[in-house]
Amino acid sequence: MKTSKILLVSAACAASCFSIACGGGSKSSTDQTTITTTGSNVLSIQVNPGSVQGLTYANGAFASATVCVPGTSTCQTIGGLLVDTGSYGLRILSSAITKVSLPQQKNSSGDPVYECVQFIDSYTWGPVETADVQLSGETASSLPIQVLSDSSPMAPSGSACSPNSGLPSADTPQSLGAQGILGVGEFPQDCGGACAPGGSATPPDAYYSCPSSGCTASFENLASQVQNPVTLFPKDNNGVIVELPAVSSVAETVNGSLVFGIGTETNNELGSATVYTADPNTGNFTTTFQSTTYSDEAFIDSGSNGYFFPDPANPSIPVCSATSGAGGFYCPPSTSNLSAAVKGITAGSGTVNFSVGNAETLFNDNPNDAAFADLGGTASVDFDWGLPFFYGRNVYTSIAGATAPGGTTPYWAY
Amino acid sequence: MSNSGGSLFKSRGLRNGLIVAGSLLGVLGTAFPACAALGGDTVSILADQSAMQGTRRTTPANSYTLHEIQAANGTVVREYQSSDGNVFAVTWHGQFRPDMQQVLGSYFDQYVQAMQARGSSTRRGRAPVTIQQPGLTVQLGGHMRALVGRAYEPGKLPQGMRTEDIQ
Repeated sequence: MKTSKILLVSAACAASCFSIACGGGSKSSTDQTTITTTGSNVLSIQVNPGSVQGLTYANGAFASATVCVPGTSTCQTIGGLLVDTGSYGLRILSSAITKVSLPQQKNSSGDPVYECVQFIDSYTWGPVETADVQLSGETASSLPIQVLSDSSPMAPSGSACSPNSGLPSADTPQSLGAQGILGVGEFPQDCGGACAPGGSATPPDAYYSCPSSGCTASFENLASQVQNPVTLFPKDNNGVIVELPAVSSVAETVNGSLVFGIGTETNNELGSATVYTADPNTGNFTTTFQSTTYSDEAFIDSGSNGYFFPDPANPSIPVCSATSGAGGFYCPPSTSNLSAAVKGITAGSGTVNFSVGNAETLFNDNPNDAAFADLGGTASVDFDWGLPFFYGRNVYTSIAGATAPGGTTPYWAY
Repeated sequence: MSNSGGSLFKSRGLRNGLIVAGSLLGVLGTAFPACAALGGDTVSILADQSAMQGTRRTTPANSYTLHEIQAANGTVVREYQSSDGNVFAVTWHGQFRPDMQQVLGSYFDQYVQAMQARGSSTRRGRAPVTIQQPGLTVQLGGHMRALVGRAYEPGKLPQGMRTEDIQ
């Protein structure tokens, strides 16, 4: 718990020493950043154990949003939303929306629109509804969002969201680990052209038309798809900055900010950050680690809770046992200090130093702590720079198709 | 998206298509559609291609043959077939994951049980998935609009082939 006290000191410094570089002795060398805390475009975020009883979320940054019936002042503020730069669009558990009744989106046939979303480790299913969404002082009006629910109507057999697809649903607090997902990554829509009319030979397994006779896959116009809320802001709509202080190994909670817009206000200037351009189709860039290059197979994702990369093999990093409660994470006998080269698709290159500790020991020794700077795990063929990458960095994520200073979108900068 | 060899199977739901598929089912016997890619043979690869309404490109390598299926929904599925005819690895890249029941075949139940066993930890987070079971490895990764993954039989890779070669 010593480390969390140190962290609280640095968080207090970030708040009181606003706009002054805050390089206390407790901080690591990577932490040369300032956390912006004031402005109508600044949403407070916190890495904490989450809002679901019985679960201690590791490396999740959470925020609140206020959802309103469009055009009214009938609103509900919902916390515990995972800040996710690896997805696009706002998704909220049906069980969390208790005080407002949001209108169901209907298609041109007048039938309710539902959606199946494939995440890495789960799926989300539920109706597309419309809300005016307030995030700090910014409002996305008539934003299509996904409301997550396992109740009827269900996805048809053969869909990735049918109960027998193999992956679990993430439509309950226990399975999602959060009240919702605030997807503020590199794309304006969660599906894009592939789901729009003419984008595929047949409608993909994503948007569904659900008359009382049952749900069938259907195309969905871009503007009707679940949108990145930032895209619909009247201003500050070209991207976000996730700002989190450095974490020295472990912390109980960490306070930070989600800043809207890049170079649109005095508090979100690009400054001296290096721009790394991403592939406009995949949203990926390139990472080289231990002589293996993950070309267009690497990404920076606040919604992944560790560094995830294939076992470097030489030397190999052992994986925690499946029964340890840390299955899939790495469990080296001592902390591994590693380094990788990152490269933008058309511009930007640099080196990232990072450490991977023993996840089983970290979890067992710190049962109530939420932030772990040295959490890493296995991946198949890609390199996933998850939330630990954000500690001690201000990470800019620009949205494809938007205009932002410093390069062609989509890009990351830090 | 054009269709090549799999187009005979394509028109699911159309009466003509059912007749065609039915007659082919007779020709192929019980191999279609129960037998799917991983652990299956050439018939299973064709069944996958059909189910994905895809086009297929075949590339021979030293110790295996690579079948690359471009599915109608844009996802690229690669199936690695050993010289004895069996598929020992499947990978995918794309906006939509392939039907796991289709590509895992007889391994699907083992995969489902392993996925269910993951849910018991009180430490939660959203993360890539690695399932390592006797005779089966499944890995799911990527992010929204760019999913990746692979499944393989660890003991059945041709001699000299490394797991990192399964791309």
